[in-house]
Amino acid sequence: MADNVRPRVKAPRSAEAGETVTIKTLISHPMESGQRKDADGNTIPRSIIHRFTCAFNGETVIDVAMEPAISTNPYFEFQAVIPDAGDMTFTWHDDDGSVYEETKSIALA
Amino acid sequence: MTRTRAIAALLGAAAVTAGAALAEPVEDKLTVNGQIEMTTWTEPSPVVDDALPQLISGWHFRGTETRAMQADDFDNPGMIYVDGAREAWDTVEGEAGKSCASCHGDVSEGMKGVRAVYPKWSEEAGQVMTLEMQVNACRTQGMEAEPLKYTGTDMTSMVALISSVSRGMPVNVATDGPAAETWEQGKELYYTRFGQLELSCANCHEDNYGRMIRADHLSQGHINGFPVYRLKNTKLNAVHSRFKGCVRDTRAETFSPGSPEFVALELYVASRGNGLSVEGPSVRN
Repeated sequence: MADNVRPRVKAPRSAEAGETVTIKTLISHPMESGQRKDADGNTIPRSIIHRFTCAFNGETVIDVAMEPAISTNPYFEFQAVIPDAGDMTFTWHDDDGSVYEETKSIALA
Repeated sequence: MTRTRAIAALLGAAAVTAGAALAEPVEDKLTVNGQIEMTTWTEPSPVVDDALPQLISGWHFRGTETRAMQADDFDNPGMIYVDGAREAWDTVEGEAGKSCASCHGDVSEGMKGVRAVYPKWSEEAGQVMTLEMQVNACRTQGMEAEPLKYTGTDMTSMVALISSVSRGMPVNVATDGPAAETWEQGKELYYTRFGQLELSCANCHEDNYGRMIRADHLSQGHINGFPVYRLKNTKLNAVHSRFKGCVRDTRAETFSPGSPEFVALELYVASRGNGLSVEGPSVRN
């Protein structure tokens, strides 16, 4: 597992039924591309987060495949319609098999 | 090579003297998280009233998107380092079995206002101490732990954490009393031309702020926003790293981060921004 990986999510605590809300997510991760070499000329192995998903009450909101060209600390901002109160779960899949998860509960206003 | 250098030198000189392209500061208001109101444009303190007509934070010299990034902690990548340092604050290290929190308690209470008055004269040490020096003094004497590298990520993150709890408070470093001698030394350095390009800090940041230097905007060079998250190197940058970069760009041999020269310069430059809000960690390009 890469060091100091920390997911963070900014989502509203409550929304009206059917309201479109803005979600911001950021995960601290080096996103090593696999293209760089270290001081001795050896290739630094690729280590990125290759998939990011968001689901609301089990239903997929977005599912993103990520490639090595994506910068350090990937940031996603997107909008989602909130039909009902529930939990929004976010998962990031690391190349090394680690899965980082975060959950935000959204209540109806 | 010589020819390339000569051309580059000519270009550099042209940018500074002719200054055809303007990069005026943008009028805007900075409120972080919709809560912390920042003073980013104000009357100069008596220290510099003959040097700058108005004090303008570097924030005003940046683009719309960059300015917006600093207005929200979630969007400010510098806050990632602050979160890391928050953990380090509570981590016990060294022979004495202490963490920062053992003595200073909660960082948002124990460190509030500290960034605003540093660098500051220390009676105990008999010299002007920067925040970095103070952190390392705490580590080596209080915690009996290894000192951190002066401009390393661990140190800069810790300074960013300490700075973040003073955001919105006016910079107010003391220039009189026992610090006066160091301050004078810093002022001398500020107006001394260095390097093959023979540029002093004042040539760019006093005489030509609001103009372009090649492709970049010249600000007034205040350090109220340090540590700075720079988009160009995607990390937090310490004040002395910035000084080193600037002196290097004049094609001079630079002083080292943490050297007495840079400590004096930091005190003087900080005092020029007395009255601006502490912004660190800020976002610049």
